[in-house]
Amino acid sequence: MTMTKTTRAPGTVPGEAPREAPREVPRKAPRRVPRWPAVVPFFAFMALCFGVPAGTMAYNAFTVIDPDSGASEYSLHNVTTSLSGQYATGLAGSVKLSLLTAVLATALGAVIAQAVVNSRNSALRKAVVSASGVFANFSGAPLAFAFIATLGTTGTVTRLLELQRAGFSLYTFTGLVLAYLYFMVPLMVVTVLPALDGLRGQWREAAASCGATRAQFWRHVGLPVLMPSLLGGAVLMFGTAFASHATAAVMTGSSVPLITIQIANALSGNVLVGQENLALAMSLNMVVIALLVIAVQIPLRRRSERWLG
Amino acid sequence: MRTSRFGSAAVLFAAALYFLVPVAASLWFTVDDPAKGLNLDAYVKGIGDEGMLRSLLLSLRLGLATVALGLLLMVPTMVVVTLRLPRLRRLVEVLCMVPLIVPPIALVAGVSTVLSWEEDLMTTPFYRTFQLLHDKSFPLVLVLVYTVMSLPFLHRSLDAGLRAIDLRTLVEASRSLGATRAATLWRVVVPNLRPAIVSGAVLSLAMVLGEFTVATVLGFEPFAVWMVHVGEYEAQLSVAAAMLSLLITWGLLLLLTNLAGGRIRRIRDRRKTTS
Repeated sequence: MTMTKTTRAPGTVPGEAPREAPREVPRKAPRRVPRWPAVVPFFAFMALCFGVPAGTMAYNAFTVIDPDSGASEYSLHNVTTSLSGQYATGLAGSVKLSLLTAVLATALGAVIAQAVVNSRNSALRKAVVSASGVFANFSGAPLAFAFIATLGTTGTVTRLLELQRAGFSLYTFTGLVLAYLYFMVPLMVVTVLPALDGLRGQWREAAASCGATRAQFWRHVGLPVLMPSLLGGAVLMFGTAFASHATAAVMTGSSVPLITIQIANALSGNVLVGQENLALAMSLNMVVIALLVIAVQIPLRRRSERWLG
Repeated sequence: MRTSRFGSAAVLFAAALYFLVPVAASLWFTVDDPAKGLNLDAYVKGIGDEGMLRSLLLSLRLGLATVALGLLLMVPTMVVVTLRLPRLRRLVEVLCMVPLIVPPIALVAGVSTVLSWEEDLMTTPFYRTFQLLHDKSFPLVLVLVYTVMSLPFLHRSLDAGLRAIDLRTLVEASRSLGATRAATLWRVVVPNLRPAIVSGAVLSLAMVLGEFTVATVLGFEPFAVWMVHVGEYEAQLSVAAAMLSLLITWGLLLLLTNLAGGRIRRIRDRRKTTS
């Protein structure tokens, strides 16, 4: 590899090397030095502020500390505990909630975005995009309070429609789905709008002139082309819902078992010494699931770029 | 076609209802007291509340420090990587996206373990550093964690900004006219990246102002944590605070569209007048 490169004439080296070569000859020494120092702070920061905590998480998840002697040893104990009993229920609950909200948010977000595209009204579009930006950022504790004030036990809408008598309670799985969709649907709308814009009018006309109905157009042209973008959006939605903690922590506390809440409970509060490493093992489980879900998306990205690029 | 229009209108109407009802109901909740009727007590109490002011100021200071640190790290790195170290481009991108895979609760679990080493380091010079990290009046550790969490926003917007300008020509022109590297970065690159910088900064700021998870696990009380604490005995006040934070988010994003959009428009206008 290096042999062939060095034997090439200077002008035939591909890329940008020839353009810079003449300038670099006279002051070679001073120009070569200052390239990498500029990126050192970034890598040092990442190593310290991300690498150290993440490494500690991975290492300590496989360590147990003997409460008497304080000595630590390798063990799978935390990992097995984090995957059994109430913690398994919490993990399953998080996955279930994230899957359901991801599917709903993807479908609703796409339908709303398509309605905006259909309307061909630029003022409406602008309003929807900016409102989506605001609502997509309105999550966490403030969102929980807005929902408690609306649909909580003494909430305005609860009292107005006497929802309590109908058996509705916000502090359940359903309540969480309702609240999560409030920031996920707007996020999906802004994510999927560019892809919907990429669906060309000619394709619709071509399908129509071949005698296809609207349903047939979506079934055979629209959805297959959009599928990678929709799946990409769904993965983003899943990740967002999966990582959410504040909304559920404030709204339902521990009454709906979710892994993020269990991690927070294990970390705070006066718990046993070993409990902290259990939190780290649960965190590791979250990372593994997030990685698995993201891995689904990678091969799909290329196909979408071919049609909508 | 007509049925499609009608369907679209129905969809948008239902969506508007779903998004506006909680806001309206929350606003009503803050002013309606079953015992005393309509009043603005929650807002009066909020303005006079010393804890609210303190926590809001803390959130603001944390947000500004996060944005400053994030930009200080990312702008030079992205510029140098684009210009001189294209081999590192992919690595920087992956590192910046990693916080999306490690959720905040997992990251803070690691961070709190690292902070618990403090006792073991009692005799070393690091002890002072650790104390500074979680100083109650200005917890640096939150700035560091928030900066990690804001990297995806910063990377995405700076990357888009760098793709939109001819960085190499700008830098070469500036350097050949005798500007130093620092002057080139500050007076040529940064002004050209302004929309990207503003958008990354605003999104990070909005994230920090509403952040709850990391702060509560590490035991600090910025705005969102205060809102939850006060909610335990003053439901109206915390809902009013939630509405205030919606207003702040809205204001920030409005600022973003005006600042970033304003510049693009100005450039376009200038092009029109010169051509």
